[in-house]
Amino acid sequence: MAIATDVPKDSFRLSMLVYDTRYRSYTIQIVVLVLFAMAVAWLLNNTVQNLEARGKEFNFGFLWQRAGYDIGQQLIPYTNDDNHFRAVLVGLVNTLVVAFWGCIFATVLGVVIGVLRLSKNWLVSRLMTVYVEMFRNVPLLLWILLSYVILSETTPQPRDFRVTDEMAAAGEAPAASMMLFDTVAVTNRGTNIPSPLFDRGLGTLDLGFMSLNLTFWAIVAVIAASVFVNRRLLASARATQEATGDRPVTWWKSLLILFAPVILLLVAMGFHVEIPALQGFNFQGGILVAHSFTALTIALSLYTAAFIAEIVRAGIMAISRGQSEAAFALGLRPNRTMSLIILPQALRVIIPPLISQYLNLTKNTSLGIAVSYLDLRGTLGGITLNQTGRELECMLLMMLIYLTISLIISTLMNLYNKSVQLKAR
Amino acid sequence: MSETHAQTVTFVRDSMLPPAPPPVGERGAVKWLRENLFSTPLNIALTVLGILAIYLLLRAALPWWLNSVWNANSLAECRAIVEASAGEGATGACWAMIRQWWGAFIFGFYPPDQWWRPIIAFGYLFAALAPVLFAGQKRMLTILLGAVTAFLLVSLWLADTPGVPFVLAVVLVLGLLAMAQVMPGKLLWFTLIYPALTFWLLWGGSVWSPIVAMAGFGVLYAVFRFGSPFIGLAPAAGAGVVAAVLWWLYIDIPVVNVLQGILPLGLQAINSDQFGGFLLAIVIGVTGISFSLPIGILLALGRQSDMLIVKTLSVGFIEFIRGVPLITLLFTASLLLQYFLPPGTNFDIILRVIILVTFFAAAYLAEVIRGGLAALPRGQYEAADALGLDYWRAQRLIILPQALKISIPAIVSTFIGLFKDTTLVAFVGLMDPLKGVTQIVRADIDWKGIYWEPYIFVGVIFFLICFGMSRYSMYLERKLKTDHR
Repeated sequence: MAIATDVPKDSFRLSMLVYDTRYRSYTIQIVVLVLFAMAVAWLLNNTVQNLEARGKEFNFGFLWQRAGYDIGQQLIPYTNDDNHFRAVLVGLVNTLVVAFWGCIFATVLGVVIGVLRLSKNWLVSRLMTVYVEMFRNVPLLLWILLSYVILSETTPQPRDFRVTDEMAAAGEAPAASMMLFDTVAVTNRGTNIPSPLFDRGLGTLDLGFMSLNLTFWAIVAVIAASVFVNRRLLASARATQEATGDRPVTWWKSLLILFAPVILLLVAMGFHVEIPALQGFNFQGGILVAHSFTALTIALSLYTAAFIAEIVRAGIMAISRGQSEAAFALGLRPNRTMSLIILPQALRVIIPPLISQYLNLTKNTSLGIAVSYLDLRGTLGGITLNQTGRELECMLLMMLIYLTISLIISTLMNLYNKSVQLKAR
Repeated sequence: MSETHAQTVTFVRDSMLPPAPPPVGERGAVKWLRENLFSTPLNIALTVLGILAIYLLLRAALPWWLNSVWNANSLAECRAIVEASAGEGATGACWAMIRQWWGAFIFGFYPPDQWWRPIIAFGYLFAALAPVLFAGQKRMLTILLGAVTAFLLVSLWLADTPGVPFVLAVVLVLGLLAMAQVMPGKLLWFTLIYPALTFWLLWGGSVWSPIVAMAGFGVLYAVFRFGSPFIGLAPAAGAGVVAAVLWWLYIDIPVVNVLQGILPLGLQAINSDQFGGFLLAIVIGVTGISFSLPIGILLALGRQSDMLIVKTLSVGFIEFIRGVPLITLLFTASLLLQYFLPPGTNFDIILRVIILVTFFAAAYLAEVIRGGLAALPRGQYEAADALGLDYWRAQRLIILPQALKISIPAIVSTFIGLFKDTTLVAFVGLMDPLKGVTQIVRADIDWKGIYWEPYIFVGVIFFLICFGMSRYSMYLERKLKTDHR
């Protein structure tokens, strides 16, 4: 065979930058880079000119000015005398709280609906299909607005709860009554729920830039410690089982470890519940949960649950029938088959799209503005922006914060995903 | 033994009994009920719960639905009518609100005497989509175009369309219908003209501006066509783009002015803030969908590319857009774009929103398409290389058709998401059907306190459109299915 050794070693010509695949990619990349740099320079130049024309400068000093506005829902202390930075923090916490509860409710609801949709029961699976299609094909904004309007327009006024002397004498019931053993009152101003109080709380620790609620963190620490000790206990029980074949009885130890320390701590701190009660024209005591929060959480959970249900259904259906048949052949009962064979495998399919649903939910909390929920978007991108007139800084900061939240959530969930993925050995 | 046995038999059945029907519990409705509703205690409980839920829902909603009032001028009047007919304390839906406000829900503040323009644009939308959706299927094309004709005839007549546009619109669609019979392939030309036509129909103004703007593409093609024999394909394409941009920047407006001076033809100009309702949602949704797909494909290819810089830029763009909520991007459109553009530029808010929505959807589409690209077996890429196809040919002929087919369901759900997200434009002051129009209705003194009816009305329309899209994607999946399972 003749071997073509005499390939002409042509010298470099300019046209090779376009026509030779060895060099073309460099040409393209350089062109792209130059275009990109030009675009960035153009944008920056425009921005500088525009800022100059408006007599504004680019700095974040405004964050330390007095905010001067009130925020309805504040989980960390805040008054309108605090600075904008504090207001932004309050907003961020509000965003995270809605996202947190939304994710929990949506997951629970979504898993239940997804499993029920696969149920052999015709009626129930049809109902769940209707639910999923209904929520997936209608904008989230509609669900938020509708829940808010229903909560604030159909619920009774606080005075409807009043029992006057004449009514008591006549044995009449008031127009509205509290729910859940007289602990929760849903009025048109918000939902009054009982609040936890401590007679001998640990107070707060002031760190200068922020203050820590020691009572809260003490409880969190004790719970975390209990869970950790309980896991150690279970691990040692498993070790014993694998060594001897007998599993020591652990359930009462678990219960003791999990609950006794917390209860002891609560008793020691004088824990009691303050139940809201009607005084004058409104309910006093307890915590007033604004309808904007409730509506946003409900709507986000219901909407995202429909998507999660589809993910769960697809995940379970992705496991081949052979797996459950093999489990039955091994003599496993149906619920153990589910928990030991199907779910662990289905989780691998479910988790990646679930992560993106959590991300979506978190980003969708920004729709809270439709019901005037003061989250990050409402404080930093809303009132602070309007008061200080610093669109550029506020928007950039807000995008940065959302981006960070998204990245953190996806990193955490990807770590978890890695831990359940198939370990190839 | 067998002999004795044969002899002891005294009776041998010589005719078979007719087959007995299965027991009652094993046939018909009873069997179905038993298997599907009452098979286990858990199932029985679920069924009971389901029936209870349906019952409660019906008990609450059915009287309300049955007591609907279609003719009234205010909510109070509605309630009075319901109480008069159904008794004290009865509730009833007040659809009369829809009768009074449907124009705002559909068209926003678009002047009522010009409603025929969005109607024509909407009808033609399907005529333009037809060759894309049902390529080469003469029967489906005919059905769809026939439906468009019927829709245009009826709704244009209802909207009191002036004679000339009425006749022109119907003649054009009949022409398309005839074309579908003779040369269905050529229908795509209408799809290409459609954006300019719609832009002119909806926003009005001189007829020459869309024509001259479209001529820019003609300039691009001409330069490319006549330049390529002399300077090669790539430089000719580059020169074409430069020529087109120069055309749009410097030649466009003077030419339009001259032509308008010679032959003033045009429609009444409509301002962007007069757009609203579903008109706005569909304008943003359709434009976003049609532009986000190509951008999304390019981004996905960029992300899969071997070129480091292209890849980094694509990844950065995609991850940035996907990491922030759409609302922040819309606010960027309304507040920040004025900082990023040369001082004094001020372009249309709807256009700005469309650009940002398109980018948003494109980033999501890019991820979806990347999934499709990743799902293709390596062998397909290698086969394309072995055939000697260059990068773009390989993508166009081998890779993308398969990758897009795999990702159809996800692409369509991204589109559905985009269409639902058009409601968010309410936050930058545009009048979307959900928040914008409904708020106006609810602020009206006559209809204060109404909430179920407007939300149900808007929700049902959104549901129909989105559900239709998802059904179409299922049809497409079935049609394109090539495996033999």
